[in-house]
Amino acid sequence: MSFASQLLQYAITGVTIGSIYAMVAIGFNIIYNVTEAINFAQGEFVMLGGLVMVFLRVAVNIPVIFSLPLTIMLVTMVGILLDRLAIKPLSKPSVLAMVIATIGASFFIRGAAMMLWGKNPFDLPPFSGRNPISFLGAVVQPQGLWVVGFLLVVVVVLTLFFDRTILGKALRASAVNPSASSLVGINVKHMVLVSFALSAAIGALGGIVITPISLMEYDRGAMLAVKGFSACVLGGIGSFPGAVTGGLLIGLIESLGAGLVSSGYKDVFALLLLLLVLFVRPSGLLGNAEVSKIRKF
Amino acid sequence: MAKNRSAVHLTIFGVCLFLFPLLARWISFLVHYVDVMVFVGIYSLVTVGLCLLMGYAGQISLGHASFFGLGAYVSGIITARYGVNPWFCILLGMVVSGGVAFIIGAPSLRLRGHYLAMATLAFCIIITVIFNESIAFTGGPDGLAFIPGISIMGYALDSVVKYYFFVWSVVLMVLLLCLNIIQSRVGRALRSIHGSELAASAVGVNVAKYKIYVFVLSAVVASVAGSLYAHYLNFINPASFDLFVSIKLLIMIILGGIYSLWGAILGAVLITFLSYEWLHYFEEAEVMVYGAIVLIIVIFLPGGVVSIPEKVRSLCRSSKLKVEG
Repeated sequence: MSFASQLLQYAITGVTIGSIYAMVAIGFNIIYNVTEAINFAQGEFVMLGGLVMVFLRVAVNIPVIFSLPLTIMLVTMVGILLDRLAIKPLSKPSVLAMVIATIGASFFIRGAAMMLWGKNPFDLPPFSGRNPISFLGAVVQPQGLWVVGFLLVVVVVLTLFFDRTILGKALRASAVNPSASSLVGINVKHMVLVSFALSAAIGALGGIVITPISLMEYDRGAMLAVKGFSACVLGGIGSFPGAVTGGLLIGLIESLGAGLVSSGYKDVFALLLLLLVLFVRPSGLLGNAEVSKIRKF
Repeated sequence: MAKNRSAVHLTIFGVCLFLFPLLARWISFLVHYVDVMVFVGIYSLVTVGLCLLMGYAGQISLGHASFFGLGAYVSGIITARYGVNPWFCILLGMVVSGGVAFIIGAPSLRLRGHYLAMATLAFCIIITVIFNESIAFTGGPDGLAFIPGISIMGYALDSVVKYYFFVWSVVLMVLLLCLNIIQSRVGRALRSIHGSELAASAVGVNVAKYKIYVFVLSAVVASVAGSLYAHYLNFINPASFDLFVSIKLLIMIILGGIYSLWGAILGAVLITFLSYEWLHYFEEAEVMVYGAIVLIIVIFLPGGVVSIPEKVRSLCRSSKLKVEG
């Protein structure tokens, strides 16, 4: 394989995994925009999405077209429970308390997943076979196309949702100013619930589509969350185009770093970039420095 | 008044600690717990520092296991491979951890809120990868063995009880230092930062300076704890310093009570006993139990276990008022 096609191969892998980071980052942003807190359990939604799908698709043998929405529904229920059991009961919902509560919840979910599925990684049959498509000397997994495709669908649907529907507009309003929103009749606590449900659904979708490529086990969530957060910060926290750009960039850097420098240090590249961005330009590439100054987080 | 009271508490605490191993000589089932109490002492050092950072300055760090690990690895590598005096290595570890904490903390503490949580989380994962991958120095995932013990002026600390006294005297010294800090100008400044950074800076508190100060201080204390850990166990591996340990340290101070140094020690006692002794019975559920503990505390008892007497007292008072009213 020539060097150019090798580079192309790394880029393809990077874009595939980067799409998942982008989905995690979008999930972070949805909750962040409404509560100004970071949900440390975001990665667990992805892990649950993968494992629940494995259960429904492989153990129960439900075809993809039904098991995919069913899985998303089940994980969305977990997101709703997370809000009802861990976030809503907080007597003083400070950002500090919310961060700690979501760390606790992520541990609980991970522990529960370990009890249910054990410690071994699980495989899922790809949606449309494993025959690789060759492309300019590199190969593309058909599942990789599904991953990128679903990211596009998520972005388009979310954009329409936030721009065109009353619920989406209400979410955006409570993000900008919670007390003013409740004055015009928006139930802000309800919006927090919706944001958790929505980001759980997107996380689950990410887990479902990536499992046929990279397998899934109970403790994958933490690392996915960290990479997703790096993507989020890189693109500018709170910004959806930023989340997608950041996710793809993190994926590319990770895949190129692992291929060209060292695979043992694979996880370090993205995190070093996160530290660098935090130190040099905390508002991110596409974020607005002025806006980030008035945020609580 | 407050100073006197904490001096009394500290004395009572010291006497109890002193009596415990003596008691263990007579009561045979306690002997084993002296060993566990050494680990409690080591973790207490970390949590006391972390409590200053979290409870008083209101900043979350998910990277303290790494400072703990830096101390342990600096001590371990230099004593085991180059035969340097352990005391020098403890000092070197403090300098390294303090320096790293300054580099990580200075930029992220200038930002608002909990960017520190994520920066330290990233830092913790990076350090764990380095411990695992630089096999030539750290021995990689298999760990580093043959770390020598420690001795004070030729007197070797070669038994569990001797080491117990050594570790807990360090803890008492650090506790005394921290109690003094929180009752001083610096302590008031830290509390004002937790309340509101804006208000603190309006009354002339240099917010960034104090946040970095307490972050570096807590990292240095964690590093000492790491060195003590390495010289006690004579063996270290990366799993003792990974993200899970960082979160366990966080759980210790949340369970004990993040607003109190005594809570930090109580949390270290409870979680260390839980993970070394009690959770063996349902090992598989360990992670889930920790998650549940955090949720229950943060929802029902934000002040931690140390706030229970206070809560009971205020409940009694309000019920009395109802009867009288």
